Amino acid sequence: MKSWIAFWNILMKDMKNYYLKPPNISWGIIFPFAWTLMFFLRSESAVDIKGILPGVMSLSVLFGTTSMLAVTITFERKSRSFERLLLAPISLNLLMLAKTTGAIFFGVLNALIPAIFASFVVDLSGINWMTAFLSVLLIAVTSTFLGLFISVSVSEVFEAQTFSNFFRFPMMFLCGLFIPIQNLPALLRPISYILPLTYGADILKTSINGDGFIAPWISFLVLLGFSLLLFLMSTHNIQKKWIY
Amino acid sequence: MNILEVNNLTKDYGGFMAVKGIDFSVKKGEIFGFLGPNGAGKTTTINMLTGLTRPTSGSIILSGIDLVKNIKKAQGIIGIVPDESNLYDEMNGFDNLTFCASLYGMEKAKREKRAKELLEQFGLADTGKKPFKVYSKGMKRKLTIAAGIIHEPEILFLDEPTTGIDVESARQIRKLILSLNENGTTIFLTTHYIEEAERLCHRVGFIVDGRIVRLGTLDELMQEVQNEYTVQFTLEGGLLNVKEALKSQFSDYSVSVLGDNAVKIQSSSKVNLIPFIKFFEENNIMVYEAKVVRPSLEEVFVKITGIELEKMEKEKEGDRK
Repeated sequence: MKSWIAFWNILMKDMKNYYLKPPNISWGIIFPFAWTLMFFLRSESAVDIKGILPGVMSLSVLFGTTSMLAVTITFERKSRSFERLLLAPISLNLLMLAKTTGAIFFGVLNALIPAIFASFVVDLSGINWMTAFLSVLLIAVTSTFLGLFISVSVSEVFEAQTFSNFFRFPMMFLCGLFIPIQNLPALLRPISYILPLTYGADILKTSINGDGFIAPWISFLVLLGFSLLLFLMSTHNIQKKWIY
Repeated sequence: MNILEVNNLTKDYGGFMAVKGIDFSVKKGEIFGFLGPNGAGKTTTINMLTGLTRPTSGSIILSGIDLVKNIKKAQGIIGIVPDESNLYDEMNGFDNLTFCASLYGMEKAKREKRAKELLEQFGLADTGKKPFKVYSKGMKRKLTIAAGIIHEPEILFLDEPTTGIDVESARQIRKLILSLNENGTTIFLTTHYIEEAERLCHRVGFIVDGRIVRLGTLDELMQEVQNEYTVQFTLEGGLLNVKEALKSQFSDYSVSVLGDNAVKIQSSSKVNLIPFIKFFEENNIMVYEAKVVRPSLEEVFVKITGIELEKMEKEKEGDRK
């Protein structure tokens, strides 16, 4: 019970101090707009809102979570306030779950914004919302733990952003959102299958447009595996690097 | 009764031994001072005692809990005030305190009541609703101490509590430390202000190069310089011109020239002042004052470690910059 009081208050503190700040809320709104506009310019014709929705939602989650978490943890680590959390009598796993839950929540909200906007323009009645929500949640969890892994690996905020891009941009271009994986050069295809976003985007494609090509249960399992692996690697790195 | 027992504690950073098998204990209810120059192993030791660093070997027993094996249980009864005020800039004083209390599982009503009491006790009630970032250095330090004790720990680790703050705030913090101790909190204090340790601590340990070189009550440590007599002269000026002559004429004594107008004479026997006064008279230097200086912990420290305090303080200030 005592640990859960700490968990809840760390989560609330992060929501208030970081995620619900006006600049971050506006980021959550502007970012999906920017992506939609980019697709529109690329198509040079009427944009297929429903067709691009899985991509915009996935990228909104990926960029929202990794950016926020990499900054907040690195920033707290630099100002030494993170030490205060490490010295609290709660387990490291619970502490890191508390620190990441806010980002997961922020990521899910980021994905909902383009869906809400799209609902005003196109008919979204055929979508399997349950599967779509689960996939958004799993993309958010995986991306957040990727952000955690990045923030644990660096010491400066700018390093966190640079290192994030090292993961984000290959994912963006190789996960099948811009170019279908089947159309990628044979050499690059294996890389696509080791990127978590490939599986998250594919479930979203299946649930929104029915054009995914991996069985959703496989994608769910792979995303769960990625999440677990990234979380364990991050906590291992914290034990090794921060409790030295 | 000991609240903290440290046995053969060692920290090896891949070939660099920061702490070399130290043993000491802290009695329940005392203020224990841990003194040493930069790089002596103070921070590494405090980090091992609080769970931020894993010992390479040795044992730490805190209130009957094996800290190495059960760190999270031990952290529940520890309060920590780091050498930098590391609270949250965006949050106000009250929210910072209640947040810190929540990390120890305190219920909302209890933590809010305690936060109000502490803000009152620490003279911060008027600024409790202001963001931490607008606090002065002294206020930040006080709030950080309040955050360290909000969960009523059995032992409080205070790392350099008065470094870098104004004289009045430092005085207030010393009073707070004494009042916390009077109320039963055991305090583990690291400081590079030796006179602060002398004023506050019941027992002191000196750590140099990863080893504890002396440990004891203030009286026990003072025994080291009990047979030393020190006289300090305050003069009109012009001392630097006769510095060498003074030293050679009084070679039986240890003569330390403290600038152009002060000199310190140390001896293992009582100092006869007349020859000194004659010397100054012959050299047309007026003597304003001659006083017997009581041996201090500072002298014990210098004698044991061979480290000049001025150098130590400069190093510390340099690190902060």
